[in-house]
Amino acid sequence: MTDVAWIDTALTSARPQALGALLRYFRNLDTAEEAFQNACLRALKTWPQNGPPRDPAAWLIMVGRNVAIDDIRRRNKQEALPDEEAISDTEDAESEIAERLDGSHYRDDILRLLFICCHRDLPATQQIAVALRIVSGLSVRQIARAFLVSEAAMEQRITRAKARIAEAGVAFETPGAVERSERLSAVAAMIYLIFNEGYSASGDTAEIRAPLCEEAIRLARLLLRLFQTEPEIMGLTALLLLQHARAPARFDSDGAFVLLDDQDRGLWNQNMIAEGLALIDKAMRHRRSGPYQVQAAIAALHARAGRPEDTDWVQIDLLYGALEVMQPSPVVTLNRAVAVSKVKGPEAALAMIEPMAPRLSNYFHFFGAKGAFLMQLGRNDEARVAFDRAIALANTTAEAAHIRMHLDRLIRDSAPQTSRKAST
Amino acid sequence: MLYAILCYHDEDTVGSWTAEHDAAVIGKLSVVQKKLADQRRLGPVARLLPTTSATTLRKDDPPLVIDGPFAETKEQLLGFYVVDCENLDGALDVARDLGRANPGGAYEIRPVGSLTHGSLPT
Repeated sequence: MTDVAWIDTALTSARPQALGALLRYFRNLDTAEEAFQNACLRALKTWPQNGPPRDPAAWLIMVGRNVAIDDIRRRNKQEALPDEEAISDTEDAESEIAERLDGSHYRDDILRLLFICCHRDLPATQQIAVALRIVSGLSVRQIARAFLVSEAAMEQRITRAKARIAEAGVAFETPGAVERSERLSAVAAMIYLIFNEGYSASGDTAEIRAPLCEEAIRLARLLLRLFQTEPEIMGLTALLLLQHARAPARFDSDGAFVLLDDQDRGLWNQNMIAEGLALIDKAMRHRRSGPYQVQAAIAALHARAGRPEDTDWVQIDLLYGALEVMQPSPVVTLNRAVAVSKVKGPEAALAMIEPMAPRLSNYFHFFGAKGAFLMQLGRNDEARVAFDRAIALANTTAEAAHIRMHLDRLIRDSAPQTSRKAST
Repeated sequence: MLYAILCYHDEDTVGSWTAEHDAAVIGKLSVVQKKLADQRRLGPVARLLPTTSATTLRKDDPPLVIDGPFAETKEQLLGFYVVDCENLDGALDVARDLGRANPGGAYEIRPVGSLTHGSLPT
């Protein structure tokens, strides 16, 4: 029962709450992390003998705090540390502290812990790395692996980010309603960044990076449990689940990207889809729409379609229209154009994106979409020009490979097509 | 006598299981379930979606819909229904109907992730 694996899981799931509380006590991230670390070491020693505590997080907070306080005392007085027995009578104190730390306190503790990671001065990649290190407790080696960089480089990145966080200082008083909602949306954005970092992986690295998606889902669920009535957090969690549900079908056995229309829908994870659909359903009842909910609703329409031709593109077009108003961006318009191409045809879609051409002359996705619409119209030469431009502008090898796949299809399809034309 | 066996566990812990570990646990459970099913002793088995997907209807007058699972401790679990509904609104309608027939207390409405029907003789 109390094997090491169980303890490991318990420590991981207690981490945000315990570390968040320790950060509130000590108001210093390094001290809090060290305290948590020491508490974990003690847990590994005592839990197998005494059995798991009723509330692992409360136990870790209590022990972590005592050890750290003793540490500080010892350093100040330069005298010997008292026997372990003197501080490890946690059995009685546990129930007391568990009651004192009520839910609302935990909520702000965990939110603060997440929030310090999304400091505005930190570039996105550093926010993600530091959140995975601090909140999720992944090792530097694990994070480095997911980011495909060396351990030394990641160590340096995290150290730098933590120094930045320490400089910036964090507000430790209980946040007001406005501040809390600002923190919540910053944290939601950071969780989505973590997810995308994993989701944007190419076929050869998808497996290595999948833990990023899983960790983002875990954090989103955690956030939703703390803020149960926030429709946007329901939307975010639903969005991540619905997107990640497609992971097993997104790459073929050679690691090449498989388009949504071509994916084997039997491989989609039905449990995640069920949970995502339930959450978006729940969110919609609030009638307080937001970008995550709309994106989740779009993903839900894809998930509900048993076959590509069953997809409700009219509704998707409307939803992208709503998203364009909430969060205007070329990506949204380009995605909407795909829906338009399905509803009204590629001509209408092309007309829709043409006005953006001067602004997006260096934008990969613009030429990718343009090429796809031209290809559908049978304007293959123009399509090839657009695809070539897209490849030149690709930011990742995955993007380039994706377009090359279109080009290959163009070459493959155009040969028999011309011969057919010639015969008629 | 029929017995209901209600499953409680720490959601954080179960939620952090890897897909492999989850599948292994389900595999071990299905061995136990199969034995019961073969003896025609097993009724429906449901795995519920996480509590984050729960909604609670307080059977006050008027009934109050609250996001999240049932969290009070002064009331006890006395029974449950499994109902097929189009969506959450449909499930809430059913719960309101039931609530009118039996006011007081609350219903927690939780989507069912997977359901096997079991083998009880009808």
